Amino acid sequence: MLKVAAALIPGIATYTYFFGVGVLVQIGLATVAALATEAFCLRLRNYPIKPFVTDGSAIVTAWLMALSFPPLAPWWMITLAAIMSIALAKHMYGGLGQNTFNPAMVGFAIMIVSFPAQMSHWAAPLGLAPQSLDAAAQLQWIFTGHLPAGLNFDAVASATPLDTVKTQLMQHTNMLTILHEKLFGGIGGIGTEWITAAYLLGGLYLLQQKLIPWIVPVTFLAVLGGMAGIFWLVDPQHYTSPLFHWFSGAAMLGAFFIVTDPVTSPTTPLGRMIFAGLIGLLTYLIRVFGGYPDGVAFAVLILNLAAPFIDQYTQPSVFGHKNRKKAGAKA
Amino acid sequence: MNARAEVSKVIFPFHGGVHPPEHKDESSQTPIAAMPVPRQLVVPLHQSIGNIAKALVAVGDTVLKGQMIAEADGTVSAAVHAPTSGRVVAVGPTLVPHPSGLPEHCVTIESDGEDRWIERNRFDWRNAEGRIIRDYLRDMGVVGLGGAVFPSHLKIGGARDGLDTLVINAAECEPYITCDDLLMRERAAQVVEGIKIVQHLLQARQVLVGIEDNKPQAAQAMREALKNAAINFPADVVVVPTLYPSGGAKQLIKLLTNIEVPSGVRSTDLGVQCFNVATIYTIYRALEHAEPVISRVVTITGNVQRPGNVDALIGTPIADLLAFAGDKPGSQAYIYGGPMMGFELPGTSLGLSKAGNCIIAKNGALFPEKPVEMPCIRCGKCADACPAELQPMDLYWFGKSKNFGKAQERNLFDCIECGACAYVCPSNIQLVDYFRFSKSEIWAAEKAKKAADQARERHEFRQFREEREKREKAERAAAKAAARTEASGGNVAEAADAERAAKIKAAMERAAAKKVEAAAAQTASDSVTPIDPDAVSVPMGQAAIAPTSNEAPQAVESAAPALDPEKAERIRAAMEKRAAEKAAAEAMSPEEKAAKEAEKKAKIAAAMERAAAKKAGQAAQQQPGE
Repeated sequence: MLKVAAALIPGIATYTYFFGVGVLVQIGLATVAALATEAFCLRLRNYPIKPFVTDGSAIVTAWLMALSFPPLAPWWMITLAAIMSIALAKHMYGGLGQNTFNPAMVGFAIMIVSFPAQMSHWAAPLGLAPQSLDAAAQLQWIFTGHLPAGLNFDAVASATPLDTVKTQLMQHTNMLTILHEKLFGGIGGIGTEWITAAYLLGGLYLLQQKLIPWIVPVTFLAVLGGMAGIFWLVDPQHYTSPLFHWFSGAAMLGAFFIVTDPVTSPTTPLGRMIFAGLIGLLTYLIRVFGGYPDGVAFAVLILNLAAPFIDQYTQPSVFGHKNRKKAGAKA
Repeated sequence: MNARAEVSKVIFPFHGGVHPPEHKDESSQTPIAAMPVPRQLVVPLHQSIGNIAKALVAVGDTVLKGQMIAEADGTVSAAVHAPTSGRVVAVGPTLVPHPSGLPEHCVTIESDGEDRWIERNRFDWRNAEGRIIRDYLRDMGVVGLGGAVFPSHLKIGGARDGLDTLVINAAECEPYITCDDLLMRERAAQVVEGIKIVQHLLQARQVLVGIEDNKPQAAQAMREALKNAAINFPADVVVVPTLYPSGGAKQLIKLLTNIEVPSGVRSTDLGVQCFNVATIYTIYRALEHAEPVISRVVTITGNVQRPGNVDALIGTPIADLLAFAGDKPGSQAYIYGGPMMGFELPGTSLGLSKAGNCIIAKNGALFPEKPVEMPCIRCGKCADACPAELQPMDLYWFGKSKNFGKAQERNLFDCIECGACAYVCPSNIQLVDYFRFSKSEIWAAEKAKKAADQARERHEFRQFREEREKREKAERAAAKAAARTEASGGNVAEAADAERAAKIKAAMERAAAKKVEAAAAQTASDSVTPIDPDAVSVPMGQAAIAPTSNEAPQAVESAAPALDPEKAERIRAAMEKRAAEKAAAEAMSPEEKAAKEAEKKAKIAAAMERAAAKKAGQAAQQQPGE
């Protein structure tokens, strides 16, 4: 688990570089709240606290959730989300290894459904907005909801690339015009494309360490890219390229860190492939045709439900049970 | 030290497997040492799978080296012999090296120090029948020395038209153990002689010796021995990669022949048979030197001063073996077998068994305390490692929630308990323990079910018997009553008898007349179509025979449990009844006869239906138990 956390560090560093110290504040708040909730729940349930608090699972949950939050979200939101994810999604289901849903995604989903406005308040990447907030101003905003005199949040705010594409398309703007906005870089959004690349790097480390099965990220990205590719080839005016989808939003984070959560995904090789593929499909559908800018969280939660069912029907054959029928016919 | 033999080109990897630290160099550097005869030997009698051998000696008996002290009990069993000469000082339950930790029957022999052999005659196995050879091996106590101690005689002679491949299991995949390695290095020629014998007995078309690549010297020795031996069949040493559990019979067969032995099928049926290399050696010693299995090479390693291999007598107390290797302080426990599948010995006073390939003195440095067991996070590492291609995490869930049926459905019984899953588990879950628990629970449930079925069957039979006896009693009473009325109303009966006799006489006369007529007709004229005399006698015969065959079962059934005078009476009654019926049948008109016949048939049909229903009921009861 700690290796998973370590694999997130390049992503966190890049994120902080582009969006400021707010990212670290979110991560810090989430970690403290998650660990405190974990310890509290373990105590309530009469479990030994030390081995479970130090296993790193709560930290990974907290980090993944913080990374999907807007960096300038108010402090109580991330804290509440962390408490929810650990207490509600994890311990109420029986603790480590027993939860049906990915705790980080549950925390995120509750917040985006309950506070859609706050959850879409993203600041522009550093240097893009007419004005930008320094570290002190970011902290002040997160903890008090006030900005230093003379600053207006709208002046620093900006929609995310996925969000921009979606809203602009609804206003019948041409895709080429949209992508020419200065928010967009070579592939995805400025900053975003680098952050997702950093997640990819961390993901490759996890693959190299054999901590995640390669089939999951590969299938997820292939289906997401495949869907995007088909629509893009048919109508590039209205659909973005596979590369844009890969390097925007939570695609890379999801592919390597969220869809790969073993507890909430199937265990059979074929089952994992189906699971990851369907998440890729749903993610694309929600992103392009759904009401939310990104779809990873909801796609993951929906497929979490289906994991035991997928497992049931994808049992691999056991040594000595292959060609059972053939052997039976012979005998 | 860490030299590797080159892996053979044609191998067929099995799924999964793990590669724990080998720890083989500690014990493989010195030659096999001969262990002096210990003062006392504790020889376990349960030395094979199946029945415990039956003791042939009593306390106070003197025995000679190689003398049979316990004989095989049934087919799945093997004899046990005195490992040295001396006096029997105890016969009875003693602690044995078995995972249960329960005491079992042992023969304790006090050595007289002379180590005197019993008279031995070389067995002329080349001119002996297969059955005789098998009995001989059983009486020589030859069992699989790889750990499973399956009686070897059961594996010889199964193939009717020869075997495709004889696999010699010399993989020795468990860490720490080097006894087979050293045996092959030092006694390769004798092992090859054993291979020749078994190849001959099984009529195997080829022999493959599977050795892991961490035993280059053994592989080399075996190759040379095969080359030097005059063999007339293809034989090869196949070096397989070091990957636990390549020494599992099914895994090795897959590695060497690409045959995946199906669940519940014997490899012999697929033309493959697998023998451990040490077993092959003992077969050679038994058949060529008339030496029963009274010793084996055992690895003593771990926390000892002189780790190595010892040629020790069966029954040598573990404490003596440890003392021989120089027991060091700080050992927390002693493992019998390898670290993956072995178990902790309940003590060191117990005697070495034929299964004992290794003793590891365990200390904290070699075997650090396992961290706390954490919850399963379904990471699937166990499924990746499982050589049986099971989903251990699911079996663990099922076992933990006592959902044994589901575990069985997911092929729990294909688990070979190799421990690869527990070895890779990041949550330190002792998976094999859960699987053993599930298996034993299922076995216990099946046993209980069988017992319940038996009890129910007994109860039902008792009810049936009681009912039958009641019915028979009533019948007897009725018969008695009938006899009484017959005696009192003698005149009526007599009159009836006279009438009946007259009728019979008349019928017989009619028949005789007909016969005479027929004969007359036949002799009178040849042109007249001859009348088949049988055609005439058939109705009579039918009438005479049918009632007998109908009554017989009833008579027998009712006669069986009855007492003698009653029986006689009833038989008499039955005979009378039959005679009366016979007479009546003869007197009957054809229509009446037909009616009677139909009634009989209906009765028979009803009885048959009853029997069928009963049978079906029994079958239905038996089925779930199977």
